[in-house]
Amino acid sequence: MELAQVPALDVCRVSHRYGARVALNDVNLTVRQSSFTVLLGLNGAGKSTLFSLITRLYAIRSGQIRIFGHDVASESGAALSKLGVVFQSRALDIDISVRQNLLYHAALHGIGSRRASELIAQVLDRVAMTDRSLDRVGNLSIGQMRRIEIARALLHQPRLLLLDEPTVGLDIKARADILDHVRRLSKVEGIGVLWATHLIDEADAGDDVVILHKGKVLAGGAIGEVVGKSGGTDLRDAFNRLTGTADQGELESAG
Amino acid sequence: MTVAAEAIDRHSFTLAQYFICFKGIVWREALRFIHQRERFVSALVRPLVWLFIFAAGFRQVLGLSIIPPYETYVLYEVYIAPGLIAMIQLFNGMQSSLTMVYDRETGGMRTLLVSPFPRWWLLTSKLLAGTLVSILQAYAFLLIAWFWEIEAPPLGYLALLPALLLSGFMLGALGMLISSLIKQLENFAGVMNFVIFPMFFASSALYPLWRVKESSPLLYYICELNPFTHATELIRFALYEQVSWVSLAVVAGCTAAFLFGAILAYDPARGFLARRNTAAG
Repeated sequence: MELAQVPALDVCRVSHRYGARVALNDVNLTVRQSSFTVLLGLNGAGKSTLFSLITRLYAIRSGQIRIFGHDVASESGAALSKLGVVFQSRALDIDISVRQNLLYHAALHGIGSRRASELIAQVLDRVAMTDRSLDRVGNLSIGQMRRIEIARALLHQPRLLLLDEPTVGLDIKARADILDHVRRLSKVEGIGVLWATHLIDEADAGDDVVILHKGKVLAGGAIGEVVGKSGGTDLRDAFNRLTGTADQGELESAG
Repeated sequence: MTVAAEAIDRHSFTLAQYFICFKGIVWREALRFIHQRERFVSALVRPLVWLFIFAAGFRQVLGLSIIPPYETYVLYEVYIAPGLIAMIQLFNGMQSSLTMVYDRETGGMRTLLVSPFPRWWLLTSKLLAGTLVSILQAYAFLLIAWFWEIEAPPLGYLALLPALLLSGFMLGALGMLISSLIKQLENFAGVMNFVIFPMFFASSALYPLWRVKESSPLLYYICELNPFTHATELIRFALYEQVSWVSLAVVAGCTAAFLFGAILAYDPARGFLARRNTAAG
């Protein structure tokens, strides 16, 4: 198998339930290397559960998740070392400086301080935050914190980046900046990106999209394909049609 | 098969990297500690209040006979000092468990657990980091107590170190285990009522157990079974350059059990985390 063909992320037939409530139902999705994949779903669709499974916070009870071919359950070290994550909730320590936060993250990946200093300089440069390195994180704006979170997620040079609703709480300009930046990362640096959001306008024409609704994947693939198959005019229309049909089907089977 | 094995091999960490990870976790805990001075001060004020006020008041009420490790009659302040050190560690252990619940609600815990190092290593490092902080607090307390004429033999202060390491580790592991059982931050007040107070009062920290036995044999047995009693006695004996072997065995055994329980609780495959409905979306 050629290395280039191994998907950055491969989620295969994954289901998860909390007690009686089914959070994910037979989910399949793929993030190609160097692609920007938008995971689109309303709140409660199961996006965060999926992220918790990919990051090994919860055990995968049914199905399989592979990161560059490494099984998250059985080869978690190899899988997680290739993965960078920006969580929905703040993961930075606000009492300490940007640099101290990043050094801590480097240590969690076994990167010593000398190498970490080089990498920190690189990632801060990438997110245009070099001059804020010594600032206390608590003094940054939400948009700047997000950029630092992204820098943190990129520090150990992962090949796959997961972002869970990364634009929550940001103003329009900061949102566009972050989106732009991450898109460039996937294009220029060849990082596979899975961008989870409930905002349809964050998806762009060249992206892949996966529509997750009530724990089920309703459609997946290049945006054009998904829109075409659904018979909609654009992604918003396609999303409404697909989720509407799914809800209708659910109602009918319940009735 | 060989391809898979090679792949794993390429990503296995060296011992030096394990140490880097450990150092990073300790360093972060130290930074946190420096930045939260109130936490340090309140951790110090609590035992000092007991020492300066409670012990002074009780000095006349409670008569003590000569019991090991003491070789002469001791003042009540001297008697309760080791118990107060153990109390510092008890609060510290529970406080770090509180931090873990808080970290779980924010993303801090996720950052830690997404690290590619094995989870047992991450949790053990975190526990050790918390223990080191509690040791600093304990020595700061002893320094102040020294001016209050609570003096142990000089070598006792050195002998205390391994005892503090072990007892701090045990109480930290207990806190970690409890943190995995707490669903939300608000439930932490319950820990105060159901863990800290019973453990502290049903122990040899404030009164020698032979006095407890006189008033209630049942309570005496409860105290004897309380691991906190043994943490206190381990500290007390060490401070006077002696070893209480029974306490050492109990504390070591409980440390292993609590640590094992905590690692199991945070293991994604078996743990309580997975059973809980914490995910929002």
